Amino acid sequence: MKVLVTVKEVAEVEDEFEIDGLKIDERYLDYDLNEWDDYAVEEGVQIAEENDDVEVVTVTIGPERAEETIRMALAKGADRAIRVWDDSLEAADFIDVATKTDILAAVVEEEQPDLILSGVQAGDDAFGATGVSLADAIGFEWAAVVNALDLDVESGVAHLRRELEGGIEELADVEIPAVLTIQTGINEPRYASLRGIRQAQSKEIAPKSLGDLGLDASVTESEITLTSMYEPESESDATIWEGSADETAGKLAEFLRDKGVGQA
Amino acid sequence: MSGDVLAITEHRRGDLRDVSYELIAAGRQLADALGGDLHLAVISGEVSDFADQLNRDGVDAIHTVDEGEEFNHDVYTQVITQLYDELQPGAVVMPNSVNGLDYAPAVANRLDLPLVTDAIDFSADGTLSVTREQYGSKVETTVEVDADHVALTIRPGEWPAAEGTGEAEIAAFDATIDESAVKSTVTGFEEVGGGDVDITEADILVSVGRGIKEEENIELVQALADALGATLSSSRPIVDNGWLPKNRQVGQSGKVVTPDVYIAIGISGAVQHVAGMKGSDTIIAINTDPNAPIFDIADYGIVDDLFDVVPALTEQFE
Ligand SMILES: Cc1cc2nc3c(=O)[nH]c(=O)nc-3n(C[C@H](O)[C@H](O)[C@H](O)COP(=O)(O)OP(=O)(O)OC[C@H]3O[C@@H](n4cnc5c(N)ncnc54)[C@H](O)[C@@H]3O)c2cc1C
Repeated sequence: MKVLVTVKEVAEVEDEFEIDGLKIDERYLDYDLNEWDDYAVEEGVQIAEENDDVEVVTVTIGPERAEETIRMALAKGADRAIRVWDDSLEAADFIDVATKTDILAAVVEEEQPDLILSGVQAGDDAFGATGVSLADAIGFEWAAVVNALDLDVESGVAHLRRELEGGIEELADVEIPAVLTIQTGINEPRYASLRGIRQAQSKEIAPKSLGDLGLDASVTESEITLTSMYEPESESDATIWEGSADETAGKLAEFLRDKGVGQA
Repeated sequence: MSGDVLAITEHRRGDLRDVSYELIAAGRQLADALGGDLHLAVISGEVSDFADQLNRDGVDAIHTVDEGEEFNHDVYTQVITQLYDELQPGAVVMPNSVNGLDYAPAVANRLDLPLVTDAIDFSADGTLSVTREQYGSKVETTVEVDADHVALTIRPGEWPAAEGTGEAEIAAFDATIDESAVKSTVTGFEEVGGGDVDITEADILVSVGRGIKEEENIELVQALADALGATLSSSRPIVDNGWLPKNRQVGQSGKVVTPDVYIAIGISGAVQHVAGMKGSDTIIAINTDPNAPIFDIADYGIVDDLFDVVPALTEQFE
């Protein structure tokens, strides 16, 4: 069985930052594995540990820099990786869901996985749509926001829980092949061990251009254009207490005492 | 962009969810901008009852689809594509809820519509412009949609609930469900996170987030809660890490709380967290990042290191 895990490198913004046109200035960005994908990788690796003959392959749409992040996933136990990028992707301000879907569908065509795991959303653009869109495009079944998974490989059914709002979980059975979007908390993502990190150095990260996948630059054409990025007007009318930690703690304490807190 | 808007309402276990009424307000706003009618769809469950409740000001037509009891994304996707073919609306508007995330992208893909999720506002003059947030609410972006038809999901809680009694035309829509394409089955529901305390009952919540960094450090915040006679709650990552049980989680997928005082310590204020605590009477945030979104809804704040402020505060009460 083959498990394909979609892995994205996301940018995290520092506390203070500046926007340069339609992007946050590179100086203020730190890159990391998308939080939700970390759980998806762990779930894939656990499936491989619990079943015989499971290969875990990651796929990333991203520039060469992303290989640092991809290595982390390999160090945690994924077997090999695919990274899709080229000049036309580099030139796009914004890669929309449809474009990601087309690219990932082409990878699925080559790889023929039985199960695809992706994160519920990416921490940067927070579209939360790629996994389900991909499922529909390739004719797989799917489930979004999965926070427990019991995969029955024999019968080809994923018994799972979807985390709804307000502390309610839905129990569902989904036929595989399927795409599951993974919610944080489903497992405990492992740290990459030193041995894992060493082994990851010799694992394959296959770079692919759109052409390698039988696609051309037209997949990056989109009806959606990013037109502006700005810091939202602060709606805050909060009173900010100033001073040393002792001083601010003193002011907060006084405020709380006035409210009758801590007087029991 | 062509005129009519089709909004897909949401319900669970016999009740319409609040976002259904917000979809009416958002759908009306968009239909006005596009110069068309607002159609609602209500799929599965007690559809006639739901339609009566949804018949509020601004709704032109309600299509009821009596298929199954509860949400099933295979059924929803089929029904919505058929409704779309019949109505040819300019926009399909869906909730950015957990279930919305489970069918909206499939609908957009199947209908070959550009998809913009988690909208917090939009305007249309000729082209549709949608406002969203990125990087955990640190920046806002607008995207323009250059197409005749679009699929949108709206963030719950951003539009007011529609009120008043409407005069919508209510009609049953006969969808044809291909059962062989229904490959998922909902087998039940379960409530999680009972346990030792009910944070929704607390008058004062001291809530801890990822800023606490290590499990051992939770003690610091527990000590503060003890000194204040408060209850300890948290954001999601603390629960994901197994540092506190699920019943302590505040937010969209945790508990909705409305204490007199909510002290958010090392919590950024992500939308899914805010959804669970914005109704608190007084909100106090302690965070090193002056731009953290939590300060947008806080009444009082301290921009400083929690490891300095929290012990100092605890000392004041010991
Ligand atoms: C479908 C879905 C449902 C979700 N449901 C929920 C939910 O119910 N509840 C929930 O909380 N989240 C939920 N989330 C997750 C949510 O998106 C955020 O990831 C989460 O709320 C972030 O938690 P946080 O604020 O503790 O962490 P972060 O966003 O990492 O913020 C940590 C904060 O601590 C501050 N900080 C760091 N160090 C210090 C220090 N020394 N002193 C003071 N401050 C410091 C930082 O400046 C930062 O603002 C959900 C997500 C999804 C996709």
